[in-house]
Amino acid sequence: MAAVIVENLCHAFGQGEMRRQVLQNISFSIEPGEVVLLTGPSGCGKTTLLTLIGALRTVQGGRVNVLGQPLDGAGRRCRQQVRRQIGMIFQGHNLLRCLSAEQNVQMGADLLPGLSYRARRDEARQWLRAVGLEDQMAKLPQDLSGGQKQRVAIARALAAHPRLLLADEPTAALDSRTGREVVELLQRLAREQSCAVLMVTHDPRIVDVADRLLQMEDGCLLNAVQ
Amino acid sequence: MKGFWQGRRIPLSWLLLTRQPVRLLVALAGISFAGILMFMQLGFRDGLFDASVTVHRLFDADIVLISPRSASSVRMAGFPRRRLVQTLADPAVEGVTPVHWGLMLWRNPETRRNRAILALGFNPDDPFFNDPSLDAKTGVLKQKGRILFDQLSRPEFGPIADWYRQGRVVETEIAGNRVRVEGLVSLGTSFGADGNLLTSTETFLDLMPQKPTGAIEVGLVRLKPGADAAQVVERLKERLPDDVSVLTKQGFIDFEQNYWKSSTSIGFIFTLGAAMGFVVGCVIVYQVLYTDVSDHLPEYATLMAMGYRLSHLLGVVMREGFYLAALGYVPAYLAGQGLYLFVRDATKLPVGMDLSRALTVLTMILVMCMLSALLAMRRLIDADPAEIF
Ligand SMILES: Nc1ncnc2c1ncn2[C@@H]1O[C@H](COP(=O)(O)OP(=O)(O)OP(=O)(O)O)[C@@H](O)[C@H]1O
Ligand SMILES: [Mg+2]
Repeated sequence: MAAVIVENLCHAFGQGEMRRQVLQNISFSIEPGEVVLLTGPSGCGKTTLLTLIGALRTVQGGRVNVLGQPLDGAGRRCRQQVRRQIGMIFQGHNLLRCLSAEQNVQMGADLLPGLSYRARRDEARQWLRAVGLEDQMAKLPQDLSGGQKQRVAIARALAAHPRLLLADEPTAALDSRTGREVVELLQRLAREQSCAVLMVTHDPRIVDVADRLLQMEDGCLLNAVQ
Repeated sequence: MKGFWQGRRIPLSWLLLTRQPVRLLVALAGISFAGILMFMQLGFRDGLFDASVTVHRLFDADIVLISPRSASSVRMAGFPRRRLVQTLADPAVEGVTPVHWGLMLWRNPETRRNRAILALGFNPDDPFFNDPSLDAKTGVLKQKGRILFDQLSRPEFGPIADWYRQGRVVETEIAGNRVRVEGLVSLGTSFGADGNLLTSTETFLDLMPQKPTGAIEVGLVRLKPGADAAQVVERLKERLPDDVSVLTKQGFIDFEQNYWKSSTSIGFIFTLGAAMGFVVGCVIVYQVLYTDVSDHLPEYATLMAMGYRLSHLLGVVMREGFYLAALGYVPAYLAGQGLYLFVRDATKLPVGMDLSRALTVLTMILVMCMLSALLAMRRLIDADPAEIF
């Protein structure tokens, strides 16, 4: 069973005169353990596609099936259950301002059922170490650099043991070496836990980790490149 | 223990509040202000209603008879004295005290101006007050033309208490009759009476010769120990004709308070004041919490995007509301105490913090805070998370 199946997905913003078609007839699928890169010019609808797959937006037209759950016409409870199994790395980090780096990551680990507080905290620390932030754990987001914030956001997404990882330009604020390390971490995760990864990126240096490359332009998917 | 550790989480509500101390202080100031407003209005209202029954409370009685035509302490009608004697036929009744009750024109001995004062006339040999030290003073009334003056009366009646304490003979006129102040008591003023005086039945009737004979305004009934007042009231109601109302002492107190609460604009004004305090408080608290929640809305949306349930987030915000209410209540309570002290000093009204009012205000603040928090979360309920951040 594929982790993500998208068929004839369409999406538009606005009403009446202002209505603009952002996604048109998108169809593709991702297998568990596969790493797929999504590229395309700014404003072509990549983030919109990601939020639709992540059950953060209501599907308007077409079919979206994530981890065996159809999302078109799904209720609130069902979408919440799906989100729980998805790790989302946002373009704007979206860290909680009032929590330290460690606590932010633990908000991800707290979603794991049946673990003690200590186990969840250790989980959070382990992921922070994995992204190279072991000495920044107590800092608030406002005291972290852009790249450090991005890595906290990655650790938070991974701490919930997702079966699907949606990453919106996770390496945008990182230098080439750190960016490389982070992407390899994601790739290893995909292999070991057969987690599917869909990553938006403009970074040509990391194209080689992908199993597949999807290219978008003006809301349409160009022919897939292997 | 295991469940506790499993349930333990990051104290998100607490951190959301305390990581912005200035905003927290502003919010607390707003909530405290709302609380103080309510304490003030409710305190005044209850204080004034309490004051209207200070004399009623002092009577040594379990059951009180009044005329059904009486409207309040300032308009007491008479009923046949026979009815009070008839109650003695009930085995549970131990004794009775007939009371004359009416407003009289008191002449201020200094300015010679007249002013209405509440006069109570009773037989000094009968038990009258439930406070023995008060009852002990009534002996002097056996001499005709003597009265006891309430030293808490308003100063417009003249410097009676001062003169008396200086040892002067204080005499004045009531309805053209000479009376002499033979002692001071402390009863207290109310809506209806700016001052009080006590006298014997004989003197009372001399001062009010137009009163029909054989009529009294109030009948005090004392029961034997262990008798159930409510049951005796039922029995007396059956036995007595309906030209008399039979009330328990509490019923008598309620009768007076209800008059001021519901039949006059005074009760309405103060209830409106308390309601205004609540509404203004609600508006302040809602504003404070709404900006707070709106400010954090993208973060709540992020948590929803991570897979947290809506009910979990509502819990976080409710706890925020709860902390704010609890923290804002403490200064409101303390300031309320201070204000009551101040008002008590300035007006002699019996305004004080009682448990039920403290709880009422606490409940109202809790309701305001939690409701406002929930209302502010409406946007999160309707919208997709992606619409918010
Ligand atoms: N909430 C919205 N309301 C209206 N239009 C929107 C909204 N969000 C996005 N759009 C429009 O939809 C189009 C696609 O947006 P999207 O964010 O998906 O682009 P993107 O491919 O992620 O771009 P970038 O690479 O710059 O992040 C853009 O033209 C944008 O203006
Ligand atoms: Mg984007």
